[in-house]
Amino acid sequence: MIKKILLMGNPNVGKSVIFSRLTGVKVIASNYPGTTIEFCQGCIGSGTSRIDVVDVPGTYSIEPNSPAEEVAVSILEKAVATKDTIVVNVVDATNLERNLNLTLQLLKRNIPVLIALNLWDEAKHIGISIDADALEKILGVPIVTTVAITGEGIKELVSRLSAAKPGAYEYIDEERWHEVGRIVDRVQIIKHKHHTLGERLGDLTIHPWTGLPIAVIALLVMFFIIRLIGEGIISLMTEPFFENIWAPLMMRISHLLGSESVLHKIIIGQLFEGTIDFGQSFGVLTTGLYVPFGAVLPYIFAFYLALSILEDSGYLPRLAVLLDNALHVIGLHGMAIVPMFLACGCNVPGVMATRILETKRERFIAATLMSLSIPCMAQTAMIFGLLGKYGVRGLLPVFITLFTVWLIAGNLFKLLVKGESPEIFTEIPAYRLPHFPTLMKKVWMRIYWFLHEAVPFVLVGVFFVNLLYAFGIISMLSNIIGPFTARAFGLPFEAIGALLIGFLRKDLAVGMLAPLNLTVKQLIIACVILTMSFPCIATFAVLLRELGVVDMLKAAFIMIASAFLVGGLLNLIL
Amino acid sequence: MSKIPLTDMDAGMRGKVVELQGGHGLCARLNAMGIRPGARITKISGQIMRGPIIVRIGATQIALGFGMASRVLVEV
Repeated sequence: MIKKILLMGNPNVGKSVIFSRLTGVKVIASNYPGTTIEFCQGCIGSGTSRIDVVDVPGTYSIEPNSPAEEVAVSILEKAVATKDTIVVNVVDATNLERNLNLTLQLLKRNIPVLIALNLWDEAKHIGISIDADALEKILGVPIVTTVAITGEGIKELVSRLSAAKPGAYEYIDEERWHEVGRIVDRVQIIKHKHHTLGERLGDLTIHPWTGLPIAVIALLVMFFIIRLIGEGIISLMTEPFFENIWAPLMMRISHLLGSESVLHKIIIGQLFEGTIDFGQSFGVLTTGLYVPFGAVLPYIFAFYLALSILEDSGYLPRLAVLLDNALHVIGLHGMAIVPMFLACGCNVPGVMATRILETKRERFIAATLMSLSIPCMAQTAMIFGLLGKYGVRGLLPVFITLFTVWLIAGNLFKLLVKGESPEIFTEIPAYRLPHFPTLMKKVWMRIYWFLHEAVPFVLVGVFFVNLLYAFGIISMLSNIIGPFTARAFGLPFEAIGALLIGFLRKDLAVGMLAPLNLTVKQLIIACVILTMSFPCIATFAVLLRELGVVDMLKAAFIMIASAFLVGGLLNLIL
Repeated sequence: MSKIPLTDMDAGMRGKVVELQGGHGLCARLNAMGIRPGARITKISGQIMRGPIIVRIGATQIALGFGMASRVLVEV
């Protein structure tokens, strides 16, 4: 009786897609090695016939070489002991030789195995034909051909689960690659094909002289597309909705409550010349809804759309190679751009993605650096909203300052943080045209995560802020801390509330600056301090989990100290 | 037949891996990805300023750091 299935295979062969197909549980899949860093669990069926399915992080061998691989191997070790677990070994048909190296190792482990020969369509497309029946006879375990992304072969895979059996293939460990070579020679025929135009273009993106200019253009295009889509949705959809439909409704509630009541203060907030200003009123149902849905969500959507295209096309690992030297400056290697990119959306998945880096030192540097100097998209959207009207004069100083901080702090970390930083060592996956439905599903999952994890914090935050104001706590704190921030950063007493709320949600905090009538200089300083000073509560939690108490405290101290330093400097320079 | 490190190969050159000069850990990592003595290897490109080297082994493209690549000896 099978109780559990482990999906195992090399990185980037489609395990997560098969996992989603089998269980209906949605997981993030991308076209680069290392998307799955923590195992993910789901199930097929229910009751007594229930089978748990585990999406194990990809591994090239069962001698672990990275934290993600260690996870994979320990899951396998535990499973071998239980006797009711089978391995579905997902094999990339376009890359049979390297994949079989792991398969042969699995076959030696006294655990039933079933092989899913995935990317079957793509293998055919590029002229590779594999005799799956012959391979099945040689290896002695059942093989099902699949195209996970369209769902082809998944039914057959499920129906043959019970046919899984331990491998009977005998070989000497030292001869493994030879064995693999012999097997591949017998079952695989490759029709020779000339380089396609796509492959030639692909090569251009990785040669230094053509690759770097292409990378610069690609990133600029990405930036402008995000801006265009984000702004577009705000001005065409969310703003008209809030102004024309939501505002009249809120005004009715406002009349019902009477503008002086405490409830009015909490739900609607303050009226400006008798009307609601969604940026400033600060009620739970006005600003509390406008910030996440009206101002931030459009940018979240735009960012994740662009990011998912970069991920699924397979461009990210190439960018990692091109920027490898640049990242050595801050003590990391090229693959660190993956967590850095994710952090631009939200620091939480960014910190989690640092697990694709091999050592503790690298993970500390990457996680601290991103919490320190990479604003999440929610915050960026609010910064655009606040400073966008001043154009380059308002926006450029913020982002140039943050980039400078990233560079200088990274350099210092490289000098001061002890430990090892290995070199880049990664597979470069083939370019793939993103599969649109899968891509949109991923964008939706990330938006859902934002709605689910972030929006409640914003609403609670607004509620909380109103209470703190009502009880005079914020004004009390302002009077204590205010004189210091006024001297050091040139910020008015009222800005204290925003700086404190930054711990809860940064986008909300930036929003709280709107009614203060700050000058451009003050806005720039406040935005920079908010980004650097303290991670928001969600990031704080994930830093604690990933780095441990001691390193997290170190990181938090670095953030607060450098926020003071940079805030003070900006006040002097600008 | 001459034996040179991967780093000294020109882009587009082919050869056969003959030796990995490194400790057990490095050899295991290279071996797991298919870079092992006897493998036919093609250098695709190298980045400027001792940046990563990109090679092809079978159907796999692999990027590896300059230091690592200098420990892979190839017969060309």
